[in-house]
Amino acid sequence: MLDTLRGALTRLGWRVTSRVQRLGQASRFLVAILLGSGTAWRRFSLITRELYYTGVLSLIIILVSGLFVGMVLGLQGYDTLQRYGSSSALGVLVALSLVRELGPVVSALLFASRAGSAITAEVGLMRATEQLSAMEMMAVDPVARVVAPRFWAGVISMPLLAALFSAIGVFGGYLVGVVLIGVDEGSFWSQMQSAVDFRLDIVNGVIKSFVFGVLVSWIAVFEGFHAAPSAEGVSAATTRTVVTSALAILASDFVLTAFMFTGA
Amino acid sequence: MSSTPLVKISNLNFAYESRPILTGINLEIPRGKLVAIMGTSGCGKTTLLRLIGGQLRASAGEVLVDGQNVAALDNAALFKLRRRMGMLFQFGALFTDLSVFDNVAFPLRENTNLSEDLIRDLVLMKLHAVGLRGAHRLMPNELSGGMARRVALARGIALDPMLMMYDEPFAGLDPISLAITGELIRKLNDALGASSIMVTHDVPESLKIVDYIYFMAGGKVVAEGTPDDIRNSTDPFVHQFIWGEPDGPVPFHYPAPAYAGELIGGRGIHA
Repeated sequence: MLDTLRGALTRLGWRVTSRVQRLGQASRFLVAILLGSGTAWRRFSLITRELYYTGVLSLIIILVSGLFVGMVLGLQGYDTLQRYGSSSALGVLVALSLVRELGPVVSALLFASRAGSAITAEVGLMRATEQLSAMEMMAVDPVARVVAPRFWAGVISMPLLAALFSAIGVFGGYLVGVVLIGVDEGSFWSQMQSAVDFRLDIVNGVIKSFVFGVLVSWIAVFEGFHAAPSAEGVSAATTRTVVTSALAILASDFVLTAFMFTGA
Repeated sequence: MSSTPLVKISNLNFAYESRPILTGINLEIPRGKLVAIMGTSGCGKTTLLRLIGGQLRASAGEVLVDGQNVAALDNAALFKLRRRMGMLFQFGALFTDLSVFDNVAFPLRENTNLSEDLIRDLVLMKLHAVGLRGAHRLMPNELSGGMARRVALARGIALDPMLMMYDEPFAGLDPISLAITGELIRKLNDALGASSIMVTHDVPESLKIVDYIYFMAGGKVVAEGTPDDIRNSTDPFVHQFIWGEPDGPVPFHYPAPAYAGELIGGRGIHA
């Protein structure tokens, strides 16, 4: 009995210390990326190439999802608001839901699944096929040459993708609310315009998506760079990227929301 | 040319955490020579190359490359030293998103300020040396295993290294590609005036092209000599290795309890 308890405690302790160690390793890796970013910014074509793979190729999933989320908001929002005779406020509900929460959060979750997993798999396979070792042996730092451009491309792409998600989502809400259901177009847009505050809503939404961009890109490159050099290793790292990113996005969203929207 | 060896390894020990991989290794790579390091899979040969290239740090002992202690170098000095080394990885390790041309141009673009015109000429010369100038537009996924190895070789010699390292250069090659690769390794070593270390377990090809051989087993150097010394060796390990005998000092069976005892008395053991 005592041995079982001791075993369980030992395993728990080991899991906690290994998590803390990994967090420390990830933090040192982030510092290495920041210190090694000079090459990427001097040779911006390295970042441009990654912007295409992480940003442009994520556009379809972001735009289609944004449209559907906006349309669902239009339906659900109208259904609730019309009970209180406030269906003219549909534009406000759709816009605030998107720019404050759904835009940054859902697009970050989609970004982690689409681009984050791709970055981890690519960098992990470069590790498994010794391409990173080959680079080191050619006196080229793989953190500066491979990791930093992907990290910065993710950080730049994320706020832009979130903004597009929100914009297309508002359009989706308009399609359902105004075109399909028949909410008054003038009140839909004018109430939205007067209720959405640039500093409080838009800027805070952009800050959120920037933070999510840093988190997802950091997790993706870290997991890829430290993936075990085997098929199982890359597969496990890719899964970890998606799961850890999702948790990090949702947890940090709560913290950011608590600071940003206090009802003042 | 200096008579001191280009690479000198003294009393080298290396362990992954508490598992010893190399113990008490002493060897030298003379300038201008092609030296093979042979041994069974997992005996620490590739680890030795990584220690010479500074990708791993020794637990004890030292690795001197051109008189510099690799483990004592800071990052900048290590990168400077690596610009004078080339390495051919087991399966080429070509960058899969770059064409053959861009793969060979990579070390030149990253480490020099040469103009694109000059880089183009140098890349085509290196590719010509390995017989693949005509393939410079292809992508790595369009190459056979042997061609990929030759492109990687061209990339390895792009900066005219003083030391070339080959990690299992013959693994998985057909007989023709194998003979071509072997001949290239020898010719390039002599043409560049470089020194080369080749980690391999391909006996016939190695004995044809190398100047000296070290045999490793269990993380130690167990025999050494010229190809003729090795062919005539009476050392049981070398004999088993050269003639490919299934049993000998390197046992066929992984250590296990007594066979009869396990079959009769081990009914309770399940896989």
